[in-house]
Amino acid sequence: MKGRSYNVPVTILLILASLVVLFPLYLTVVTAFKTPEEMNRSLLSLPEAWSLSNFTEAIQLTHFFQALGNSVVVTAFTVLFTLLTNSLVAYAIARNLHRRFFRFLYYYFVSAMFVPFPIIMLPIVKETSFLGLNNQGGLIFLYIVYGLAFNIFVYVGYIKSIPKELEEAAYVDGAGPWKVFWKVIFPLLAPMNATVGILTCLWAWNDFLLPLVILSDRESFTLPLVQYVFQSQFSTDYNLAFASYLMALSPMILVYLVAQKWIISGVTRGAVK
Amino acid sequence: MMKNSRAFYWMVLPGLALFFLFHTVPVLQGIFYSFTDYKGYGEFDFVGLKNYWNLFQDDRVYHAYLFTFQFAIISTLLVNMISLALAMGLNAKIPFRKTMRGIFFLPNVLSILIVGYIFNYIFAFFLPHLASQLGIDALSANILGDPDMAWIGVVIVAVWQAAAFNTILYLAGLQTIPQDLYEAASLDGAGKWKSFWHVTFPMIAPFFTINMVLAMKNFLMVFDHIIALTGGGPGQATEAISLLIYRGGFEGGEFAYQAANSVVYFVLIVIVSVVQLKYLQKREVNL
Repeated sequence: MKGRSYNVPVTILLILASLVVLFPLYLTVVTAFKTPEEMNRSLLSLPEAWSLSNFTEAIQLTHFFQALGNSVVVTAFTVLFTLLTNSLVAYAIARNLHRRFFRFLYYYFVSAMFVPFPIIMLPIVKETSFLGLNNQGGLIFLYIVYGLAFNIFVYVGYIKSIPKELEEAAYVDGAGPWKVFWKVIFPLLAPMNATVGILTCLWAWNDFLLPLVILSDRESFTLPLVQYVFQSQFSTDYNLAFASYLMALSPMILVYLVAQKWIISGVTRGAVK
Repeated sequence: MMKNSRAFYWMVLPGLALFFLFHTVPVLQGIFYSFTDYKGYGEFDFVGLKNYWNLFQDDRVYHAYLFTFQFAIISTLLVNMISLALAMGLNAKIPFRKTMRGIFFLPNVLSILIVGYIFNYIFAFFLPHLASQLGIDALSANILGDPDMAWIGVVIVAVWQAAAFNTILYLAGLQTIPQDLYEAASLDGAGKWKSFWHVTFPMIAPFFTINMVLAMKNFLMVFDHIIALTGGGPGQATEAISLLIYRGGFEGGEFAYQAANSVVYFVLIVIVSVVQLKYLQKREVNL
């Protein structure tokens, strides 16, 4: 730490390292806009004409907008209901940890974080198809329920740090626990809601295994699942495939570009807690 | 407060019931079926510990565990070393720190499956093409097509993606270290290396614990990477445990057998996580 000047060697090393991150994305973009003939001339160069034909073809082939809509619906409903329900359960647990039943519930939910999904995978597929939940509604429902394990862990930690005075004032004014939760606690949870919302959003948007085993109808497939289904048809045409990958990645990249600071701090808060 | 407590029960009961029905019941069912010869449909009989006995003699299963653990251990170590180095770089005096931080975190928001497909192309097409143009024969074949090398490709993608999260966590840890500790260390004549091992590393020990445990647990559950890169191949060279359970359970008519496999897998993950936590937390105190 000498003086105020920048640490030049570290800067150079970091720039090189960031190229490792950016290079695959650069390759994705240029490949998506090229034709196979251009690929033969050069893999790395920028496309000669930024042709959109790969994209229009990929949109038609994969029913891109349908898959996009599915991903948006699944993610939006999952996030919304996760925030509303998981925080409520966590509140009841956090404020009653002196009671044996609620303390047991806390450990019951949190220990489920160590259960690997494959042990649930085989039976849950039978269960959801038996109940008619092998569709988007079922998928959303499972995300909300499975989210409880991690979310109770982070919410309870946060709620414990909120002083009880505010609630007690509201109880004295005659409010019940429901009203106290929605009027007093839920607004105070804003930072944790942001964290849980971001993590849930990334999970539901990018998840592959749960939709793979739960969704049975092609019309309901989410974006990652669509890439998987069309993989065999892509294998002969990299340019088409990359146009499809780029379109599937770009919504989250755009969100990230706009809300980068917010997303990073939200994710960090969830892990550091 | 007594009359309020009923409301608290109503707040948790629906969530508890649904979690029990859709999480705990499937786990119990999985354990139950592991003692049967259920194929996923039709009738079944109890077979006692036969599935477990067969698991221990199954080369394919043995190989899946070996591969998964090898992969998870190597990736966990690499991710943590690289992330810590990146985080220390980002914590140094550098221009455009926010932009750099943004770039390094970007892989965390991307779908592993799609990233895997992009790397699949890089390994299968781009690198061999480049290598043959440069005349490097050793690299002109697709490493994913080589049973001895394919795992390296999986490790590269796993590290590329997971380093994003771990770097940000280490950076958060580094920012909690007060600057005067370094000043005191340098007054005592400690060099850069010494102050890393005696100041930085002990101070971020809790972050090291979280990162090691989370990375190991996530890598033991590797699935998306494998599907996108190798599909478990060539042959069964990169068949991870979760992929084996998926394939055998859904496509191979081995519902009960793979249920037993998943019970073993579950127990192992719990043991690994608990041992890691115990060991690393003890280390935290000793440092």
